[in-house]
Amino acid sequence: MASTSIVTVDNVSKKFVLNKHKSIKERLVNARSQQKHLNEFWALRDIDLDIKAGSTVGLVGHNGSGKSTLLKIVGGIIEPSSGIVLRRGRMAALLELGAGFHPDLTGRENVFLNAAILGLTQKETERHLDAIVDFSGIESFIDTQVKFFSSGMYVRLAFAVAVHVDPDLLLVDEVLAVGDEPFQNKCIAKITEFQKEGRTIVVVSHAPAQIEALCDRVVVLSKGEMIFDGNTMEGIDVLQRGYAEQQVSEAELQRTVGLPSAMVRNVLIASGEAEEEKTVAVGDDMTVSYTYEVLRDERPLVAVLSIETARGAKVYELTTKMIGQELPRSIGHHTVEFTFNKPALGAGDYVVRGGLETIDSELVHQLKPASRFVVRSSLPGTGTLSMDLKTRIFSH
Amino acid sequence: MNTQTDYNQSRSERIARVSELPFIDASKSRGFVTGTAHSLIEIWSRRELISRLVRREIKARYKDSKLGVVWSLFRPLLQLVIYFFAIGQILGAARAVPDFAIFVFVGLTMWTLYAEIISGGARSIIDNAGLVKKVYLPREIFPLASIGSALFNFVIQLGVLLLAIAILSHYRLSPDLLLAPLALLTILTFGAAIGILVSAINVYLRDVQHFIEIYLIAFFWASPIVYPFTFVHKQVGSGLLEELYLASPITLSIIGAQKALWSVGTEAVGKTAQYWPDGLGLRLIVAFAVSLVLLWISQRIFAKLQGNFAQEL
Repeated sequence: MASTSIVTVDNVSKKFVLNKHKSIKERLVNARSQQKHLNEFWALRDIDLDIKAGSTVGLVGHNGSGKSTLLKIVGGIIEPSSGIVLRRGRMAALLELGAGFHPDLTGRENVFLNAAILGLTQKETERHLDAIVDFSGIESFIDTQVKFFSSGMYVRLAFAVAVHVDPDLLLVDEVLAVGDEPFQNKCIAKITEFQKEGRTIVVVSHAPAQIEALCDRVVVLSKGEMIFDGNTMEGIDVLQRGYAEQQVSEAELQRTVGLPSAMVRNVLIASGEAEEEKTVAVGDDMTVSYTYEVLRDERPLVAVLSIETARGAKVYELTTKMIGQELPRSIGHHTVEFTFNKPALGAGDYVVRGGLETIDSELVHQLKPASRFVVRSSLPGTGTLSMDLKTRIFSH
Repeated sequence: MNTQTDYNQSRSERIARVSELPFIDASKSRGFVTGTAHSLIEIWSRRELISRLVRREIKARYKDSKLGVVWSLFRPLLQLVIYFFAIGQILGAARAVPDFAIFVFVGLTMWTLYAEIISGGARSIIDNAGLVKKVYLPREIFPLASIGSALFNFVIQLGVLLLAIAILSHYRLSPDLLLAPLALLTILTFGAAIGILVSAINVYLRDVQHFIEIYLIAFFWASPIVYPFTFVHKQVGSGLLEELYLASPITLSIIGAQKALWSVGTEAVGKTAQYWPDGLGLRLIVAFAVSLVLLWISQRIFAKLQGNFAQEL
């Protein structure tokens, strides 16, 4: 049952021709130089993808990696240059919230219009109207023209319509980061509900935290090619390593120009168990070895080590300034070893970030994520903290 | 706990239902001939949306204006007054044309419908670029919706026209009356064919919408709207030139509507007697049939071109 495909993408490529001339005059005038202006550009190359019904797939990649193009091809909005896309079930594409909203119409009129665009019939919309208005939380403004809406109200209403369409396949493009925090939580809760109902979701996002929270599979695209397809955490890792590599290569580029004067090389975790995947058991000591390279001796440096949850919340930060430790400034590699005596971290995934700053807290270079580790705990309780526990119960 | 089992059940039910569904190919435009049925079904399934878009168009146009839809009447009425005085009285066309006001208004009403369909159609895809780029819809609905809003204006004008005929003139009960609905059908079909075609081409070549403006001015004067067909006949006689003049389905439709509704002109004898092309009914039926074929061809071209709309806009 779980192996039912809902979308099959077979060997899909998409070529864009960037033609700058639109009018007859321009085409005639530039007829000779036409060739120069026909810039071909492969947005996607040989993509194979099979999406199972009921799964949530994240499409991630840097800007211009082709992830939105892929989503549009799955949605039938763009035709691929070659290859086949097969799809089934009712689809709703949330590539833009409030598509078709007209500023001069009232909220209510726009709900009907937007719902019709997303494929609801009038009857279905009428049935869901109360739920939509309720979900949006803007009852008192529903008969106001939407041009008077704040941007928050606008997206709330648009999202409310979108989630009341009853799709088997939902395509989402970076639209989840809308509204204030309570509303965002509401949206995430709704998406989770969708997942439980067996709907298939394909989401494009830049936010690793969101991908991690929602997806059970990640596809990483880079320059139109699929470079990773699989487990969410690994996918995010691939993506962030990509970002980090980009940073390093940019930094190396800068070095030839004269910057930075020092770089973080790596940050490694060592614990009692030396496994491939860094696993730290609660109660074990954890050693972090931080290696940096001084390229030019300029200013005194401060090493910054921080531990974050996979969702990006900072759990711990330490600088060598805090512990009054001066760093060697001679040109070459240096390693600082931090040993944490029985760290009180709770079970979960963590990211380590290593930074180098000047004494005035000016960032020289950083690696993010420098490394990752998992904490396993046999203690009860959840959260980012683990505490030894004793319970006593009294009866009065 | 209960809701959890509910979820699990709805989850497996949904997945089971999806596994029964046939796959559809989202990646290819269909064959030139074979895709017709598919397109028709798709458009038909979205008819509610078309009516929503038409209503959006009309509501948004007159929102916040005190006179509202009355405004859509002012333009043709002003045109009527101008043509009535400038051409009818000053240039003297009215001397050979009985009930000149009614005559002009019949032609003007039909022409305005056609002009609005194709000028609205030409812009329809570009005006809805936001939707075309972000949501999958059968894109024909945009030019179709502009036909809808042109029809809305037409119905108001037609109401005024029919009322004016009843008050200022009279209806002539004869089989000729049937020419009016036939003329309307022909204009709608031909207008839809051109409108759908230019809406697609305009995406690739923005000159089309400017060309349409010029074309509409030229063909306004090339159609028997402010002068009767009789004048044309007197000038060119019956021959190839006259047949060429009558080749346009719009010209035929306008003459057909005039023959049906401009009673005084049809009945006139002597100095003001009007000349009508022979076999007008048959000519209109042929024009309608040709327009239908054109509509089909234009929709197929549209279906071919629409694959790249999202990236061209």
